[in-house]
Amino acid sequence: MDKGLQNRQAGLSEILTKDESSLLADWLKEMSGSVRRSDLIKESELRSESALFLKLLRQGVDSGGYDIDGAAWQPMRELLAEISRSRAQQGFTPTETATFVLSFKKPLFKAIRTRFEKDADALATELWSATALLDSLGLYTIETYIKTRDAVIRRQQEEMLELSTPVVKLWDGILALPIIGTLDSARTQVVMETLLESIVKTNSKVAIIDITGVPTVDTVVAQHLLKTVTAARLMGADCIISGVRPQIAQTIVHLGINLLDVTTKATLSDAFRLALQRTGLSLGRTSNHTAQKTA
Amino acid sequence: MEKIPILRMGDFLLVTIQVDMHDRLAMALQDDLTQKISETSARGVLIDISSLEIVDSFIGRMLGNIAAMSRVLDAQTVVVGMRPAVAITLVELGMSLPGVRTALNVDAGMELLRESLNGHEGIRHGSNF
Repeated sequence: MDKGLQNRQAGLSEILTKDESSLLADWLKEMSGSVRRSDLIKESELRSESALFLKLLRQGVDSGGYDIDGAAWQPMRELLAEISRSRAQQGFTPTETATFVLSFKKPLFKAIRTRFEKDADALATELWSATALLDSLGLYTIETYIKTRDAVIRRQQEEMLELSTPVVKLWDGILALPIIGTLDSARTQVVMETLLESIVKTNSKVAIIDITGVPTVDTVVAQHLLKTVTAARLMGADCIISGVRPQIAQTIVHLGINLLDVTTKATLSDAFRLALQRTGLSLGRTSNHTAQKTA
Repeated sequence: MEKIPILRMGDFLLVTIQVDMHDRLAMALQDDLTQKISETSARGVLIDISSLEIVDSFIGRMLGNIAAMSRVLDAQTVVVGMRPAVAITLVELGMSLPGVRTALNVDAGMELLRESLNGHEGIRHGSNF
């Protein structure tokens, strides 16, 4: 068995060494038909990538056998990771990315067939191991591709998180925090931190949390809201929750959520009026304006 | 052993916690403070924790206890200057310190105490200031 494996490896390695230039030419021709996107990648770049792939494939087969998780395949894994990363960023589809590796099958199989023409048994085993090898390399490419996309999505999520928690100063000592979107625990953490930091920075006594933009309030969201209110209270600031829509008021009562310790208002303007009152301020019409109105 | 100073300001006592609290220190503070309240018949206690960076559940409970004890001795407690990180930690620990009043800084805390005492005992307060 060991000897057979060695023979096979020797066979594949020999093919890769002897027919390197013709394999590369065939492969590039193959790709030009299916996956080459001349709008996204330059011919010369593709050529050098393919040549490097061939070289590393030979190195891997020579020293590490067919197990691509081995140390011998490390440079190959790095190359594929780099390729799929750049493809993901250039806007290739997953299919186009994987086909880079998979399209090598056709020229390779052709070369194998020519070499083992007379030995059907060896041909079958050789084809099978080449297929398995190229498949696992292709799958690895896809995996890296997806990981890269995931990283992009995660980064965008984080950016959105930061963008979506502005703290607005309404008046001396009065802050407003309009929340748009659902409150999950990660977001609550950010909301809480930014709110508390701003309370300290602006020396504010009252903070208004406006939930007009929160689509639904369930027990989890309510708990997160209460946490934020409690933390603000511990720092010595009053919290008012505003923007409670009728629908949400109904949900809160149906769910049996206790918001009795928190002041809630229907609109931001109501909350602002209360906040002014609490800080000892009041708004009034100037006499000038009244005169104009009556006139 | 280090001690947390308790300063008298008119009718109020001012406690500024400048060092990291450990449990023994917290117990000592409880003793000293209750002693001092009954000695000076203070009407209000201000605890400034603005330089306190770490608070565990024990210190949190101690703050609540001090407030409750002072109330028994007829003095109001205001905890001032809690840091955002400390507030978040306490909330995550599930301690909302229900009996404790809070203010942003010593200034605001002092005002809060004066207001509430004015409301209750204007005559006594008027004679002092």
